[in-house]
This record gives sequence, structure tokens and C-alpha cells, in this order.
Amino acid sequence: MAAQTILQKLEILADAAKYDASCASSGTAKKNSLGGKGIGSTEGMGICHAYAPDGRCISLLKILLTNHCVFDCHYCVNRKSSNVARARFSPQEVVDLTLAFYRRNYIEGLFLSSGIVKNSNHTMEQIVEVARILREEHDFRGYIHLKTIPEADAEIVHQAGLYADRVSINVELPTDSGLTRLAPDKDARQIEGAMGKVKSDLVEAKDARKRFRHAPRFAPAGQSTQMIVGADAATDADIVGKASRLYDNFRLRRVYYSAFSPIPDASAVLPLKRPPLIREHRLYQSDWLMRFYGYKPSDVMQATEADGNLPLDIDPKLAWALKFREAFPIDVNRASKEQLLRVPGLGVKAVGKILASRRHRALRLDDVALLTQSITKVRPFICTVDWRPVTLTDRADLRSLLAPKSEQLELFAA
Amino acid sequence: MTALQHVKLGTYYVVHLPEPDDFDFWRERARALVQSDVPPDRIAWVEPGGSGDLFAHGERRMPVPPMDAKPVRANRRFVSLARNAILHSDPERFALLYRLLWRLQSSPRMMEDKADSDVRRVEELDKNVRRDSHKMHAFVRFRLVESEDEEVGEHYVAWFEPEHHILRANAGFFMRRFSNMRWSILTPRGSLHWDGETMSEGPPAERHDAPGGDPMEDLWRTYYASIFNPARLKIGAMLKEMPKKYWKNMPEASLIPELVAGAQGREAKMVEKGALEFEERPDTLAAIDKAIHACRKCPIGSLDNHAVMGEGPQDAALMIVGEQPGDQEDQIGRPFVGPAGQLLDAHLEKTGIDRRAAYVTNAVKHFKYVQRGKRRLHQNPGAKEIDTCRWWIESERAIVKPKLVLAMGASAARGMLGKTVSISKVRGSPIPLEDGSELWVTAHPSYLLRLEGSAREEQARLFDADLAAVKTRLEELA
Repeated sequence: MAAQTILQKLEILADAAKYDASCASSGTAKKNSLGGKGIGSTEGMGICHAYAPDGRCISLLKILLTNHCVFDCHYCVNRKSSNVARARFSPQEVVDLTLAFYRRNYIEGLFLSSGIVKNSNHTMEQIVEVARILREEHDFRGYIHLKTIPEADAEIVHQAGLYADRVSINVELPTDSGLTRLAPDKDARQIEGAMGKVKSDLVEAKDARKRFRHAPRFAPAGQSTQMIVGADAATDADIVGKASRLYDNFRLRRVYYSAFSPIPDASAVLPLKRPPLIREHRLYQSDWLMRFYGYKPSDVMQATEADGNLPLDIDPKLAWALKFREAFPIDVNRASKEQLLRVPGLGVKAVGKILASRRHRALRLDDVALLTQSITKVRPFICTVDWRPVTLTDRADLRSLLAPKSEQLELFAA
Repeated sequence: MTALQHVKLGTYYVVHLPEPDDFDFWRERARALVQSDVPPDRIAWVEPGGSGDLFAHGERRMPVPPMDAKPVRANRRFVSLARNAILHSDPERFALLYRLLWRLQSSPRMMEDKADSDVRRVEELDKNVRRDSHKMHAFVRFRLVESEDEEVGEHYVAWFEPEHHILRANAGFFMRRFSNMRWSILTPRGSLHWDGETMSEGPPAERHDAPGGDPMEDLWRTYYASIFNPARLKIGAMLKEMPKKYWKNMPEASLIPELVAGAQGREAKMVEKGALEFEERPDTLAAIDKAIHACRKCPIGSLDNHAVMGEGPQDAALMIVGEQPGDQEDQIGRPFVGPAGQLLDAHLEKTGIDRRAAYVTNAVKHFKYVQRGKRRLHQNPGAKEIDTCRWWIESERAIVKPKLVLAMGASAARGMLGKTVSISKVRGSPIPLEDGSELWVTAHPSYLLRLEGSAREEQARLFDADLAAVKTRLEELA
């Protein structure tokens, strides 16, 4: 077979990386290339340089170093027993590609992952080598996200953290039994052990920087992880519970959810239908509720239906409100911030605006309408000077009144 | 009112701004006008290229504020909003900002009132400008111009069409990011040039002043097409963040229509290629029997052979799993009836396990072979074939619910565990399965058939020992 061109390799290795959900480039330390020899900057806010027709942000060059793999995880397109085309980049090729894309302002940086070749340590060393060349030889100051391999030695993983803005280890599946079944070569305890080590490295580095100004940074954008939704029998309640334990135990910046999607050359132990994409969306919404709205995991679990899953037709916040109608209506002119955040249809920004504005005027329904996206959604749950939803919250058909009307997807008009 | 001495009653002031984004100029004029007590409706603000002629009769000289004029008050929130909002292309922005400044003098905390229409409008302008700047950071695409002159080196040039007057305000971002690169950003409102040390501004440019392509764009388009997952088309989400107006200057955007059009076909192909779409699990053994005969999910099913269903009581406590049917099993249609089956029967009898009480089946349902003359030679199933067939063995297990599964050989073990294990390492002790039952692994009887002499004796002994352990365990579980 003739040697593959860079273009062919890129096609294979980007294709192989697309099942990773994360492409974030935000929340890292500020840096720029003034006074340096190279290029690159990160200014806090992530930048999406393009959007693919799947609606996902393209912020980083997200590729695998290689999709050869000695592991045989059933949900993974690159598993050993799969028949996909294989390719392998050298570290230098990845470096050149990253810099060429970065100079043209296509990307914020690199997100590098890899199949396991030879063994975990060898693979991890190759990944770290890419980051080293970028940082040390090219003084690259853009964003680098490295996927670390839980089975690799802690010392090499630590190296990765010194070069990268963010490191991540995928927990892959929300339950241990799912992992045993679908990823027979992986071990839940080893994965969590590796996450624990990264966490202590993060804490240590932060502590050192408090005392020594020039102490090296360690993954300033923290660590994240990803769970595949819908490949095993875990319910949303299981997933939310797992996510909140991960947030608590490992101080994760983000838990990403990736709806299991049909992959070429899949294995037969996988489920038969792909989960609705909306399920992933509902999980992200619940993630938001826990991170920004003061919901506890138990609150989110209360919003699930009898089968342990969040309703698909309405968002989890509305689901919670419909279950706890006695908590409403809430008086927007008096209620606390925490109470306002529980009102379906009021976001963090709207609540902030209400709190600021009500110091100046007693809010009427029209005023609230100006501050929110949709007053129809909010109205049944609030009181204003001139509005009280009398019987609305008691109506049995409230859910159907508020659930979004199902729409036919608009055909693409080019 | 002292101001009346300085302002001619009814005078209409016209302020010409030197640049559309000159905040400092606006601030200085606005301050003087407020101090001179000129109400908002007596001022016209005219930007370059604006319709200044309408106000030909207005007073162009600025009023002089009285000596005792109060300092103009504006909180930090207003200043930061105004600095950004002034970059907006709305010609009314200067008047809006002045009106706000004017009102702030009597109600200093007005900016907090988010329901006020002026406050809302200025926040909207600010938001639009911030979005436009953000999109500029994101969507500017540089193209490389290689110079003949060695000294000049590489020069990266971009053509961008911002909606608002944001070019100058964003020079810093590109300078900090590409500080060691020579670059230019050309726009219809002006241009920026950075040579690695200094920033200079140039006149408005046109599209053809910028290069028409870059060899790297092929790679970028390849990346864009490959990273897109056709199984999750969400056009609305894409359009919301990357509206069509930006597409014309983004090399990758030309691919979007074909990617979208091809998406459903590609997804269907992915599924078909993986032969993933199994139906619901069959819930009776008879249904499985019927389904496996039609199964063509791996190449073995397409050979000239017949599926062989497991046999035994539906409530058996023991399930024995072999590799795949052999030549005789394929012809007769029952598992373990050939030479290996006879050897198995002998060993089971010796150990005291009743084969009729066990459910006997195979990890792979069809016979895999190669034709050699008249003979069909057995071939080991591949890992992928075993994995594909796990669907059926798992369906059988879900119905029979054995307490103990005995997997004979590496293929059977893989069929149960999903990974390849070494028999010598795992034999002799139970492996817990997800449903609470346990798995024991031993060699396949056909392995014994291939050995001779002392090696065969040794393996037969180990095989018997495994069977004996299974028997003991079964009695414990009963």
C-alpha cells in the first residue's frame, strides 16, 4: 500500500475523533505571544472558529495521534476488532498541522487523543511529545487539551498536565457494570484513581503558585470527562448521580455527555436504537441546573419520571416545577434569588435583571416580559403587582400547555 | 438657570464626529453639552458619511459650559457600555448615549433599571457589538502570501466584513495572538497591518485586494468534513451560531450544503455497514431459532450452511457453550453431535453431569469453513464475528437464565465476556457475570482431539478437573 498522505491521515484521524463531545477552549489562564518567539493566546473566553452541520462547535483541531488500538471497547469505532481504515501521525506531523491551522485562525489549539499502541506508556509519551514540541520548540501559547490514559504511569500523565491547558480522562460509561460489559479492557477503579491523581496534582500546583510566583502551572483549565449516554441501561438518575459524584470527588470542570451514536462496524452487544439526541440535551440542562441554578442532584432526580429518566418533551426545570407546584407561584417583587432561579423560563441573566430592576420599580407583568425570553412560559409560576395565576398552576393540562409544540424540522435551504 | 446665559434658546447643535468609533471625542463633546444644559432633542450627531446636510442650519460651534457647571456624572457601567455601543452601526447610537447620559444626571442609578427602554437599547447595542467582535475573532481566515523577497517572508492576509465599526477595537486581540507573524486584516471599513512590531491602519479595502485561496484550505475543509458527525444533524444550532452572512468568507462553508444533503445517506450507510440495527430481542427460544436462520449479520451467515440452535431445558441451571457448529452439527442441525460432542459426552458422563439437564449451545451459530475439494474444513470465527453473534447467545441466556455457564474454548469465552482471555489463566475459578450468575472457562473438547500421548492425557485430566469443579459448584448453587 502506498504511504498515506497527510490529507488521507487527517481524514481518518479526525473522523475517528469526532465521537468525543468536548471541544471547549475556555477557562484557562490568560496568555499571549507578546514578547515570545511563537504565536498563540488564550484570553479566558473560548472561541468557536466554525460550526459543523451537527451544530457542534469547532474550536480545536481534534484528532487522534493514531486509531490503531489494542483495546476492544465495544462502543468505540477504533476498537481492535473493528474493520476501519487505520492511520498514524508522527508527533511532528501533528505539530505542523496545528501550527498551520492556527496561523490561519482556523483553531484555538489542539485536542489530542489516541488509540493505545504498543502499551499505555508508549502512547502517553507520544501524546506528551506533541505538546512538548509545540510548547518548547515553537513557543506555542494557544490552547492544548490532552486526553490522558488511565493505565499510563502517573509521571507521564503529570508531564501532560505541565504542557496542557486541560487534561481529561473519559469515564466512558455511567455504571461500572456497563464498563465491564462494553469496555472489557478498562477498569473503573483505575480510571477514578487516575482522575484522583490529576486532582491532587491540580491542588498541589495551585497551592505552589500561591507561594511561589514562578511555580509551574498544571492544567490551568482543569480536568474534564465524558460519559456515553444510551449505550448501556443506566437511567438519567444514575447518570446525574454519577456526574455529581465526579464533580465532588475530582473537582471536574465539566462532565460531557455524548449520546451514543451509530458507529461504522459496531459490535452486537451495543443497543439497537440510538438514544434520542434530546436525551443528551436534557442531561446537559440538568448539568446546568446543578452548576448554575443551585439544584442538588436529588432535586434533579426528583424531576425524573418513573423509569428514572428525565422527560424528553419538557426540560428538567419545568419537570421539577410541575412536580412541586406547591412551591409556586413566586412573587417576583419579593422572592429570593434562589426561589426565582427555580421558575421555569427564568434564566440566570433574567433573574439578575429582575433583582436589579425591582429596586427601581414594582414589577408588572409587562416589565417581566421585557426581561425574559418568553412570558407565556413564566406566567403560570409568578405573581407581579398586576398578575396572579389564580388557577393555572392547578390545571391538570398545564404540562401540555407549556410543552413546546412539536415542529417539523425545517428542510435545509441552501 | 445659569446655563441659559451660554446657550441660545432653541439653538440646534450639530456635532460632526471625525471617526465613527471615536468614543473619546464623543465623550468630550457630550460632557460639554451636558454641562451647558443642552437637552438631547437639541443635538444632531453626524458621523463621517452620515447625512449631515439635513442640519445645515444647525450651530456647529460648541457651547462653552459655565465656570460653575457641575461635573458630569456617569457610572462605570455606563462608560463600559457606551465604549462598546459606540462601535455599533446604528446612526442613532450617539443620540441614545447622550440621552442616557443626560438622564443619568438626575437619576444616577438608572442603569440598573433593566426594564427602561433606553437602558435596554444600549445593552442590545453592546451585545450586538460584542457578538460581532467575537465572530470576528472566530471567523477571520488568513491566507498566506509568500513573498519573493526573502527578507519580507510570509505574510498572512484576511478579508473580513464586520457588521459594526469594530476593526480598530479588535486590533489588540490579533496583535496579542499573532504577535510574531506579519499579517493584515482588510475590511470595507478600513484595514489593519501588523509587521511583528508596529500596527498601522490603512484605507478601506475590497475583496480582490486579499488573496483568493490558500493551499492549506484543502486540509482544513477535509478536517471540517471529517469532524462532522452525520448521525447528529442539527442545522438550526449551526445557523444560530454561524449565520449564513459569514459563510462567503469562510473556506469550509462551501461544503455545508453537500454535507447536509449527504448526511442521512451517510448515517444509513454507517448503520448498514455495522449491521447494527437488530430488532427487539426475541423473547422465546423458538423466536431465536427462527431469527438465527435468517441472520446474515456477519459473512459466516452467507456461507452454504444452516444455523444450529442450542438445545436443552428452558430452565437449565447449567449452560454449556461451545465455539460453533462443525460439519456434522451443520448437517444434523443439533449442537455437539460430531467427534468433539462425543468426547464431551464421555467426559460429562465420567464426571457425573447429566447432559440432558444442561442447555448446550454455541457462541457462533453458523459453521465457518473453507471448501477443500469435497471437504469443508473448519475455520475459527473472527473476534468480530463472535462479537456480532453475542447478540444471540445473550438472548438465549436471558431466557434460560442459567446459574452457571461453562464456556469451552477461547471463542466461547469471548462470546461470554466480550474480550479474549487466556484459558490457562482463567480456568478453575468462577468469573462473576452481570446478572449474578457465574462463568467457568475450560478448554474446548476438540482441542483434546488434536493432542496425542501424554499431552492429551494431561489436558484430559485438566478438563475433568474443570468439569468436576463445575459439578461441585452446581450442587452448592442448587
